Amino acid sequence: MKALLLLLVIAAPVTAQVPYERILDAASEPGSWLTYSGSYGAQRYSTLDQIDRDNVDQLQPAWIYQTRSTQKFEVSPLVVDGVMYITEPPSDATALDLRTGRPLWRYRRSLPQGIVTCCGQVNRGVALLDDQVFLGTVDAHLVALDARTGLVRWDVEVAEHTEGYAITVAPLALDGKIIVGIAGGEYGIRGFLDAYDPATGERLWRFWTVPGPGEPGHDTWSGDSWQRGGAPTWVTGAYDAELDLLYWGTGNPGPDFIGEVREGDNLYSESVIALDPDTGELKWYFQFLPHDIHDYDSTQIPVLLDADFEGVPRKLLLFPNRNAFYYVLDRVTGEFLVGKQFARQNWALGLDENGRPIENPETIPDLDGALVYPDDDGAANWYSPTFSPQTNLIYQNVRETGATYYLADATYEPGKIYMGASRRRISGEDPRGFLRALNPLTGDLVWEIQVHSPPWAGLMATAGGLVFSGTTEGDFFAADARTGEVLWRFQTGGGIYANPITYLSEGHQYVAIAAGSALINFALPR
Amino acid sequence: MNHRFLISLLLPLALCLPAALSAQSAQMEQGKRLFESQCGSCHGPLGNGGKGANLAQPQLRHATSDQALQSIIRRGIPGTEMPGSFLTPSQVSSIAAYVRTLGRVEPEQIPGDAGRGAQTYASLNCQTCHALGGQGGIIGPVLDDIGARRSAAYLREALVEPEASVPRGFLQLRVVTKDGRAFTGIRVNEDGFSVQFRALTGRLHSFWKDELETLDKEWQRSPMESYEAELTPGQTDDLVSYLVSLKGDT
Ligand code: HEC
Ligand code: HEC
Repeated sequence: MKALLLLLVIAAPVTAQVPYERILDAASEPGSWLTYSGSYGAQRYSTLDQIDRDNVDQLQPAWIYQTRSTQKFEVSPLVVDGVMYITEPPSDATALDLRTGRPLWRYRRSLPQGIVTCCGQVNRGVALLDDQVFLGTVDAHLVALDARTGLVRWDVEVAEHTEGYAITVAPLALDGKIIVGIAGGEYGIRGFLDAYDPATGERLWRFWTVPGPGEPGHDTWSGDSWQRGGAPTWVTGAYDAELDLLYWGTGNPGPDFIGEVREGDNLYSESVIALDPDTGELKWYFQFLPHDIHDYDSTQIPVLLDADFEGVPRKLLLFPNRNAFYYVLDRVTGEFLVGKQFARQNWALGLDENGRPIENPETIPDLDGALVYPDDDGAANWYSPTFSPQTNLIYQNVRETGATYYLADATYEPGKIYMGASRRRISGEDPRGFLRALNPLTGDLVWEIQVHSPPWAGLMATAGGLVFSGTTEGDFFAADARTGEVLWRFQTGGGIYANPITYLSEGHQYVAIAAGSALINFALPR
Repeated sequence: MNHRFLISLLLPLALCLPAALSAQSAQMEQGKRLFESQCGSCHGPLGNGGKGANLAQPQLRHATSDQALQSIIRRGIPGTEMPGSFLTPSQVSSIAAYVRTLGRVEPEQIPGDAGRGAQTYASLNCQTCHALGGQGGIIGPVLDDIGARRSAAYLREALVEPEASVPRGFLQLRVVTKDGRAFTGIRVNEDGFSVQFRALTGRLHSFWKDELETLDKEWQRSPMESYEAELTPGQTDDLVSYLVSLKGDT
């Protein structure tokens, strides 16, 4: 009898599972962090409120995990049932015991020579589904690991890495499929979004973000430019189960800075696409920036919000874009509702009534150099915005810096940079960074905090009335979500290139952030 | 001599030479064009230096080989003001080829006597702010290799009009604390919440920003005064000649 009980106890964690329903209902277990943005709606808001405006100034590190990598540590961890799942650059995964911070297993990928990534061999996190952990790799594979042991269940090639394809995005687990995007917009790839069978690794569908011959949108690419059209999908999207629509941002067309070789609107680059997750069929798209020549990937996290818009309840999609405009769309139809500048820019003279930008010809890169705001790192980037239903504000970390772009030629060679301009930073001024709180329905500025350099940290709002953010100089801080008053800060000693999360461990709230090469878990003193 | 033979020998050569030459000169033309637009602002349109090093010399300090030169053009020199660029391999090689032609010019003749310049340097107490060979002040940049990093024209300007070009990393701050103390200094570091600077006395200060009433950044200002009035033209030549001789190799 006793032996049987013991067996049962041992057997129990084997089925410690994260079924789809559990992710769908993430709001009912705020102690876990089950998917990249905390929930399918991607608000990165937590209802945990133990850490609040009054006690946040006592927050202190409880445990730290150090990676051995010197690459940027961009992970957004997942937490479930006493275990934290992280990735470490370049393409490793680790499970940590939530109580002690001690590793339970490690998956170390040996990579082939000659990996190409524009911006570091980084990774932003795993997806969990049932008893498996899913990891994308810089050699463009998707790997399924046993969540208990880290052993490989399957490993499939998503694309040919020698052609410039890489995976840095955290996959998104839906019902019976793993969605994964691709990077490589600086290498003349042809972008896509994929779905895989979690059980076998078989590819269920592929949506080409650059349409091929005969497909709608193909005529928005001159000549054979579509073959190298870019439009990568390297930031995790959002999902609306009720509408059964998957939303995903797409990146720049290639070559980044030369428009003449790809005349036309270059669909579906610089767009948000809404797909049927079962078939990969396109339901609607909205192109923020037709024929981009400034490398403003629209690969941000779409934030879903149901709200009264001009007196009518609507299902909205909020999108603070790297191009310095804040957009509100109807997420049922893709209709453009609002487009409002939220950061310094000079590339557009404005947006027309359909949200199409009126481009400023003076910012077209040429041989003598064109001064462009923002620079190609953008006013926003891959890091997370957050929406707080408590304050009814959307928060965005904002980069304000320009650069001079000199046109250069670009010859396509597989796996080689295919960009077409060189960038010079502007001297004689400090680039500026801000945390801005915006009215989600208008994009109007409500308050801001100026930080030093343009930030690369994501944001998270909590029911404790707080917004957590980080700086490139290594400060991790919490601000009053209503007023922007900084209530607590901690110098981590390493630049922050990651999104914060929060969770419960043994009933106590923690906040985690990757900074430098450390993953720091903060808690109140006990 | 059989002329016919000579002609038939030369003909193929004559036919292919112009083609090769024009390909080469097209590459040189491209290199020149790219250099003027992307490098000239620092190295001077002729490459004989400005804020950036004088490239019009047969031997370059960092760019010791063609490979090193190409790598510098692509990646810059970390920790210096020499930036990297996104360029195609063919653009990099055209620029590199052009940079190599710059070295074939006559070396620049700098008037003045470096030995007398060294004495002027000592007598004007430049070392209160500048370090040389590990000795001296810390308000201004270290001058050990200033002659390799900057051109003679730039160095002359640095003496006569120090604020004309302030090197990266030297930002003058004017700070007033909430309790009424005022400081001028050179920024050492800054983040969103704090700032560290060295006052002209050499003393290091560190403040949380919420302790400050004002924090003004004076981008084109320098604590170094112009030496135009203090130096005769001959002394200026000597001093420039001395600075040019500081190549960081002692
Ligand atoms: C923003 C100013 C700036 C620009 C633009 C710039 N350089 Fe430089 N460059 C410098 C400075 C300053 C140095 C000296 C660095 C040092 O040693 O401290 C330098 C050094 C070099 C060197 C090394 C010289 C040696 O002695 O070995 C080479 C070669 C060079 N630059 C080439 C170029 C080329 C080619 C371009 C254009 C593609 C370029 N630079 C653009 C500022 C610049
Ligand atoms: C009060 C302090 C002070 C004194 C005295 C001073 N300097 Fe400077 N110097 C600076 C500072 C600070 C800078 C950097 C800002 C600038 O370019 O003006 C500088 C810049 C320079 C530069 C340019 C360095 C570069 O990398 O661009 C040169 C050359 C120079 N000084 C030479 C001299 C000489 C020679 C003397 C004596 C005749 C002298 N300085 C006296 C503070 C001083």
